[in-house]
Amino acid sequence: MSRRRHSDDSDAGQPHKRRRTSEPSEIEERLESLICRVGEKSNSSLESNLEGLAGVLEADLPNYKSKILRILCTVARLLPEKLTVYTTLVGLLNARNYNFGGEFVEAMIRQLKECLKVNMYNEAVHLVRFLSDLVNCHVIAAPSMVAMFENFVSVTQEEDVPQVRCDWYIFAFLSSLPWVGKELYEKKDAEMDRLLSQTESYLKRRQKIHVPMLQVWTADKPHPQEEYLDCLWSQIQKLKKDRWQERHILRPYLAFDSVLCEALQHNLPPFTPPPHTEDSVYPMPRVIFRMFDYTDDPEGPVMPGSHSVERFVIEENLHCIIKSHWKERKTCAAQLLSYPGNNKIPLNYHIVEVIFAELFQLPSPPHIEVMYTTLLIELCKLQPGSLPQVLAQATEMLYMRLDTMNTTCVDRFINWFSHHLSNFQFRWSWEDWSDCLTQDLEKPKPKFVREVLEKCMRLSYHQRIIDIVPASFSVLSPANPVCVYKYGDESNRSLPGYTVALCLTIAIKNKASNDEIFSILKDVPNPNQDDDDGEGFTFNPLKIEVFVQTLLHLAAKSFSHSFSALAKFHEVFKTLAESDEGKLHVLRVVYEVWKNHPQMIAVLVDKMIRTQIVDCAAVANWIFSSELAHDFTRFYIWEILHSTIRKMNKHVLKIHKELEETKARLARQHKR
Amino acid sequence: AGLASPRPGCAAMSSGGTLSILRSDSYAELSQYRDQHFRGTRYDQERLLRKSCTLYVGNLSFYTTEEQIHELFGKSGDIKKVIMGLDKVKKTACGFCFVEYYARGDAENAMRYINGTRLDDRIIRTDWDAGFKEGRQYGRGRSGGQVRDEYRQDYDAGRGGYGKTVQCQ
Repeated sequence: MSRRRHSDDSDAGQPHKRRRTSEPSEIEERLESLICRVGEKSNSSLESNLEGLAGVLEADLPNYKSKILRILCTVARLLPEKLTVYTTLVGLLNARNYNFGGEFVEAMIRQLKECLKVNMYNEAVHLVRFLSDLVNCHVIAAPSMVAMFENFVSVTQEEDVPQVRCDWYIFAFLSSLPWVGKELYEKKDAEMDRLLSQTESYLKRRQKIHVPMLQVWTADKPHPQEEYLDCLWSQIQKLKKDRWQERHILRPYLAFDSVLCEALQHNLPPFTPPPHTEDSVYPMPRVIFRMFDYTDDPEGPVMPGSHSVERFVIEENLHCIIKSHWKERKTCAAQLLSYPGNNKIPLNYHIVEVIFAELFQLPSPPHIEVMYTTLLIELCKLQPGSLPQVLAQATEMLYMRLDTMNTTCVDRFINWFSHHLSNFQFRWSWEDWSDCLTQDLEKPKPKFVREVLEKCMRLSYHQRIIDIVPASFSVLSPANPVCVYKYGDESNRSLPGYTVALCLTIAIKNKASNDEIFSILKDVPNPNQDDDDGEGFTFNPLKIEVFVQTLLHLAAKSFSHSFSALAKFHEVFKTLAESDEGKLHVLRVVYEVWKNHPQMIAVLVDKMIRTQIVDCAAVANWIFSSELAHDFTRFYIWEILHSTIRKMNKHVLKIHKELEETKARLARQHKR
Repeated sequence: AGLASPRPGCAAMSSGGTLSILRSDSYAELSQYRDQHFRGTRYDQERLLRKSCTLYVGNLSFYTTEEQIHELFGKSGDIKKVIMGLDKVKKTACGFCFVEYYARGDAENAMRYINGTRLDDRIIRTDWDAGFKEGRQYGRGRSGGQVRDEYRQDYDAGRGGYGKTVQCQ
């Protein structure tokens, strides 16, 4: 391997000359940029870039050591997908400057302790993995790493601590082994065997009642949804059986072996896991999402098996890339697609699987759902000849397995698929799903198609949906979202309240005031006359019916029209809906008018809660009432319920915050 | 919980320490566009843009409804208000709108994930808006629609066909 002088690399020009005229903060930015960009696409080889960078940093150590330490610690913590690039860099620096290597290791240990103290456990795992890979770079002596892992595993002997605490230490140990298992086993096989045996007995005795709650499918076929530690354990056992031979991870340090093995190693200081405290919050357990195996891409490279360590490493790295670049969808897509090993693994399948793993994660996805839709669209743009087909295959597979899919995940699937289709002219081979037409309409497959078509309609319009599906699918097509006005037809003139409704219509069109409305409504008889509590504002369901039906009908043109109507006649609403029965009845009438347009019902309910015409309790009572039982499994009902609960939560958080702020202000005033 | 603040001469993690490449959020940044009709200084305008919860949405079809906009933009958070852009003369939709969220974070997510995707088969564009004021719902083109539809040379079925100047020829 040729090693070019670092002065040939345009990035590392004439550092000393430039520096004397630059601000310290500019230097730090430049250093950070150099370090972050190493490993990106370049005309030079990774090895020569690393060597060049090591030279530049070594030269800068006398003046910028603490900045370089900070940057390297930060990339170790925040760029785990480039782990081996940076461990190699540290290895090269340690070979040139033993003291620096020692200071870096100390800084890493301090950072690890800080992370654990402030519950940053996901980042702490990256640090542990980084330290363990430093063994491969001859920076850290293997026996001291084994000693640290011994302290990790002994956490499982602690009493009266949450299981998730022990879980984390076992995870940190096991998940480092793909990188360093071979080296540790070669140096300390007896100790490692003991650690593995202790791990195995812990895994056998730990509780796994959380698993059914987190599984996306209840069925074990075709891919069991495994508990994350069980899966990792199987992967490590297989790795051990394969004599720790791991061929997927890119290890730049191998090219520098002759330089690195001359370096002196450091011993990790004895590391005591910080004790469990009341404030400790450990990561939640997970279930590993799998939807593909090697049979799904017969033409391409073989997909590593579910219990291969390669699968673990690929998934970890792809998740890390999404975590790093979730705000920048183009960068995220590009980074995912440039994951190394492209021609040895079916990368598109891995990417699609990892994205759906996050989208379907229970209880919630790591990022906002719409991000995944747009990310998949970006990926389709970058790989138009291959990714759309994988996505179509994935959709088909998800459809096939709807019967055992968690309802929350089905909801997310519906939202994703309908939004995705709306970006591709709703093109889909609906006939392939004709099997669902012969089933009971309440079964998962036909229900899924109905809900998808309803959501597609919301993003377009009714006739569009009729046009895109085959005629046979009309039974699953959504209703035309028109308003149902009970007093609209001459034939209804015998209905009680009909004449008042006509009167009201004319009055509202003539811009009547609230008082005029009240006086018109006075003429409406009360079918509950006996329940008059003498205050004058009794619950009169007919009044509510006539007013709400008429107003919503007049304002049916758009959401804005309806919102204006609610605002203009707010006083009337508040009066009619003063009692709990009143609130419930308002909701019932809204439903009667707009039952063909669930989206309208949802926005009206939202507006009525925000303007305090109805309250959350009324919405809950309405949703769980017997009148709505037939719609109980329709997704719009749950959309409304979840939205209501979210509003309530946000409101509670907001006034709680205001209370704390007011308390703090009061405390400050008392001090004066 | 925050991270430890740096002690002098020590290479501990700086508080909230991150990397500038991870801070990158280009989709949520201000664009170059500044509304020339804004009343106030450039400084005021940018201050309002940086804390705004309102987005301008452009390149809509004239047939796109408030309901469709609500459904799409609702994916990034709860919408406070949608104001449809209208032809000043005809008072019909002329291909733009404002979407106001309750929370800026939700508007940012719309900039990150809804901007540049399709609505009614058209790639729509979102941009920060300093805030709706009465009158801003009307197109500023001479014929009543948007300026871009005055001078457009191409035929766009979703935006009234040819541009106005072309139509008048």
